[in-house]
Amino acid sequence: MSAPALSFHDVALRLGPRDVLSGVSFELGAGEVLGLAGPNGAGKTTLFRVATRVLRPDRGEIRLEGTPIAALSRRALARRIAVVPQDVGVPFPFLAGEVVLMGRAPHRSGVGFESAADVESAQRCLACVGIEALADRSMIELSGGERQLVLVARALAQEPDVLLLDEPTAHLDLRHRAVVLERVREFAAAGGAALVVSHDLNLAARSCGRLALLADGVLAACGPPAEVLRPQLLRRVFDVEAEVLAAPDGAPLVVPRGAGRPV
Amino acid sequence: MKVLTARAAGQRLALLAALLGAALVLGIAAGPSGIGVGDVLRALRGDEAAGPVADIVLRVRLPRVLLAAAVGAALAVAGALFQALLRNPLADPFVLGVSGGAAVGGILALSLGPALGWGASAVVPSAFAGALVTTAVLYAVSGVRGRVSATQLLLTGVVFNAFASAGIVFVASLAGLTEGTSLFLWLIGSLSAVRADAAPMVAVFVALGLACALPLLRDLNLLSLGEESAQQLGVDVGRVQRLLLLSTSLMVGAAVSVAGLVGFVGLIVPHLLRLRLGPDHRLLVPAAALGGAAFLVLCDTAARTLFGGRELPVGAITALAGGPLFLYLLRRHHLRSFAP
Repeated sequence: MSAPALSFHDVALRLGPRDVLSGVSFELGAGEVLGLAGPNGAGKTTLFRVATRVLRPDRGEIRLEGTPIAALSRRALARRIAVVPQDVGVPFPFLAGEVVLMGRAPHRSGVGFESAADVESAQRCLACVGIEALADRSMIELSGGERQLVLVARALAQEPDVLLLDEPTAHLDLRHRAVVLERVREFAAAGGAALVVSHDLNLAARSCGRLALLADGVLAACGPPAEVLRPQLLRRVFDVEAEVLAAPDGAPLVVPRGAGRPV
Repeated sequence: MKVLTARAAGQRLALLAALLGAALVLGIAAGPSGIGVGDVLRALRGDEAAGPVADIVLRVRLPRVLLAAAVGAALAVAGALFQALLRNPLADPFVLGVSGGAAVGGILALSLGPALGWGASAVVPSAFAGALVTTAVLYAVSGVRGRVSATQLLLTGVVFNAFASAGIVFVASLAGLTEGTSLFLWLIGSLSAVRADAAPMVAVFVALGLACALPLLRDLNLLSLGEESAQQLGVDVGRVQRLLLLSTSLMVGAAVSVAGLVGFVGLIVPHLLRLRLGPDHRLLVPAAALGGAAFLVLCDTAARTLFGGRELPVGAITALAGGPLFLYLLRRHHLRSFAP
């Protein structure tokens, strides 16, 4: 059996006085979409940072198809893992097309300008999330949702094996939410692996094969949505009373009833 | 989809180079001696027919316009680099206090030089050291992690500038350099008291600074959208920052050591060029070198000739133009920027 696309092995990280991650282990297979949920500050974004070597874990190891990421150069890593951040600060009026083209950077050596093939790839990725019309608009003028779509297109232009998405649909309308999730599923169907942070448990349950719950830097559960989304577990992780119903198609449907402890 | 190609970038740079050439010829010709453009070209070609004018052109005017060009290029490029590194269009070596730090270094060498047996050229490396220390402290204080807020940046700059001014006056007073106009010219920025013996070293420092920065401009595009995002696109952020820190210090040190505190060039030139050429640093930074050179040659020519026999310090001209632009940018920046 081949090694999983991305695997975390007992990863721990302490930042200041806080254990942000403590002994997190799980793996993500090729062709899989794994949802990652958890309360604010649970360590989800930190998990992305250690997976892309923005932060170095104190303990444990992260492997890409069995190779420790510490053994890869930054550029080699960027060719294999792409991140869709929640948003990006744009102090200068870069055009949306230029930002998508930046996704080609890890594939280019030296200082030069992008090739025609790079431009074609960027155009394809813009069209793929339905924003080819925004290509020549300045990032400063775009709405939060439009910027988010540009960032998804940029990550796709990186042509990675693994896609890490940090609440990719937070600013999106219903249609674009569906478009982005459809692209993520296509990416996985083509052999990629995707890890999607989402606060929308119902959306995650429908679009991900498995769900992982992170609470206080500890992996509380990881498995099929129907197994993970149980009232006791939701109470423990999110401190919320919730009912879990079955949607007409059988998918679990979480209906919160109120916070466990009055604030 | 609009894409910047090497060809389009080359055409724009060629246009700016032509503009710089014209500015240089104009800068050499302009003045009370009534030299024509034809005389300038003849003298530059070494034509005997140029006669006594050749002496003025080659010995007086040419070194001055070339130094103005080098200083302008250095300050404009340093401004563009600081803006990208700090992700803030308000950054400028003068506003940030880096020029002030270089000036402290320069004046230290001027004051202590004779006692230590240093030549006049020691001013350049000493100003470079001053710029380097200031930039390093600026980075440490303003917290490079994440985007530096405009307020934090400007406050740091205000404090650095006050400190640098005090340092300059302190050292100059102790060394007895306060007599005459040299301290005044150093503080306001001027090319009138340039010592030609420093020119080769200035040229070397500016060239080294540019050579350091040019291979990193694509990485700088990525870095200008945030450190984390740049790392995730394969940029070795620490290395790029260190090299550009070195590059800006080399250029600011060289510029300040011959011209003193010429302000706002690094703010005005990249801003105007960004409006015309867009923010891609692969074009913007070389364009800032050519445009900054042309800009300061023209400003210095204006400073020499606008008021007949009375010469203005060039720093007064750039500050008169730069102050209002800075306020305009500050207002617009607050209205249009958003946090990451």
